Amino acid sequence: MTSRIGVVVFPGTNCEHDAVVALDQLGADASLVFHTETSLKGFDGIVLPGGFAHGDYVRPGAIARFSPIMDAVSAFGNDGGPILGICNGFQVLCEAQLLPGALQKNRGLTFLCKPTTLIVSSTRSVLTATATVGQELSIPINHFSGSYTCDSETLSMLRDQERIVLRYRENPNGSIDDIAGITNEAGNIVGLMPHPERAISSLLGSQDGNVLLSSFLHSSSTAQV
Amino acid sequence: MRFIARVEVSLRPGIADPEGATIERALGALGFDGIASVRAGRSFQVELDATNKEEAQSTAASLADRLLANPIIERYEIEVTELS
Repeated sequence: MTSRIGVVVFPGTNCEHDAVVALDQLGADASLVFHTETSLKGFDGIVLPGGFAHGDYVRPGAIARFSPIMDAVSAFGNDGGPILGICNGFQVLCEAQLLPGALQKNRGLTFLCKPTTLIVSSTRSVLTATATVGQELSIPINHFSGSYTCDSETLSMLRDQERIVLRYRENPNGSIDDIAGITNEAGNIVGLMPHPERAISSLLGSQDGNVLLSSFLHSSSTAQV
Repeated sequence: MRFIARVEVSLRPGIADPEGATIERALGALGFDGIASVRAGRSFQVELDATNKEEAQSTAASLADRLLANPIIERYEIEVTELS
């Protein structure tokens, strides 16, 4: 069955169309959902795409967290619905406390825009369920605040519960434990800084993003929301 | 009564502060001796109406907790003064 994916658009979001194209190319039926909406009824999965939601004012994701749609996003996730936060979307999920920890300015204070090699560290998530532990994926990053941080208890918990789903092979931004992406305890809410929707064709330099997005779609088509 | 709450947000001790570290190096390069450390942060000034200073303080703490600071990595200090 075709997965219906809602791609949430905040004022300042700028990767929503890339996400729609990438998901549709893999057979999904993706559509945009403006942040003033209050219902996500009818969707099998939700994507919070990259950009600068609400101008990233205060902190990335800090104001987006209070957008009307976020109550529905939380409810969707708490019911087990697959949610993927990419880049700014990851920052929004952390601010909304749907994922633990926080993203702070990159070590070195430079905006980073380049391909990175990711290593799949856990398949216990909707984003990596159909990937293989140890698999290497070439996927670009594009961020200024992508250095993942959390306290030591949270880090131990993430490790013990296999919730670090992706690590950088070469840490570009100072993220603790080379973390590129994490998931919640149930595995249905995932956030990552790299952009899988920008690695969907050899024309773009890599198709490895499809590994992650197809896993997300597979999980969406089987989730009982 | 109208008050002004100055909310100073800074990174918690132990959280890496690349901005503060860069400023520290820049100050050294400019020839400032004896700079022990620099931590970067930001400041907000919120004008608000409240019945007394305690209420203004409590409202300011609440909005700092919910929006101005991310308690996971940041802490804040509040200074409330009455506007005459």
